[in-house]
Amino acid sequence: MRVVSLAGFLMVFWLALSGHYTAWLIGMGVVSTLAVVYVARRMGVADMEGHPVQMLPGAPLYFPWLAKEIALSAWRVTRIILNPRLPISPTMTVVTAGQKTTAGMATYANSITLTPGTITVGASGDQLTVHALVSENASELEAGEMDARVTRFEGHA
Amino acid sequence: MIATLVDIASWALIAAGAFFILVGALGLWRMPELFTRMHAASVIDTLGAGLLIAGLILQAGFDLVALKLLFIFLLLFIFGPVVTHALAQAALHEKIEPLLTEDRRASRAHDAPGRQQ
Repeated sequence: MRVVSLAGFLMVFWLALSGHYTAWLIGMGVVSTLAVVYVARRMGVADMEGHPVQMLPGAPLYFPWLAKEIALSAWRVTRIILNPRLPISPTMTVVTAGQKTTAGMATYANSITLTPGTITVGASGDQLTVHALVSENASELEAGEMDARVTRFEGHA
Repeated sequence: MIATLVDIASWALIAAGAFFILVGALGLWRMPELFTRMHAASVIDTLGAGLLIAGLILQAGFDLVALKLLFIFLLLFIFGPVVTHALAQAALHEKIEPLLTEDRRASRAHDAPGRQQ
């Protein structure tokens, strides 16, 4: 099932990048898709971590929220940068990733990094070490809203 | 008429993107050390690049070029945090200590026994 989905995504990607719809080029797309799927299966990366389609249903809900968070915190960092006093209070903290899948945990860690003002600097087990530009950013993460949202987003294994 | 409106929206987005890229660059220069500088840089590759590419998509019209611009954005969106994370880990590995006003690592790690960074 997952292999079929991977092939579908790769083929659509080929068609989108190509823009030339002749029999020869579409045929080359099919050959390339099959070759990549074959290699991915052999390498064992066509699994729920390498091709996490199980997260697709939650995406229309999660990504708009993440985009809003990114815009808001980018604006906050912008104001800090433009403030003549440069009011930063760098803080290191540890947060627990409540996700069950590795793809979910990677999504959480990367969401933290994508949001300006917080960077995931380390991960061991379900513990993520985070560097925050101001201590309020660290406290917000510790409150765990993003963690809960990613857990809802990761879907069922 | 519509073309003019799209053009205005497009240039507004491009100008806003350029503004955040400039702010990020200013932040890179103003921040005291590596980790705080990385926060300034993330303004560039999220809002800066995002708004700029949104403006360029409006310039391109909704065709394959717009789709390719979208792919560039997705590439930044997915590789950006990976590269940032790698840089931060490499810095910590090289024993570059971040300048901190508050370090909650020890107390927070205590909440989850047996796990430390």
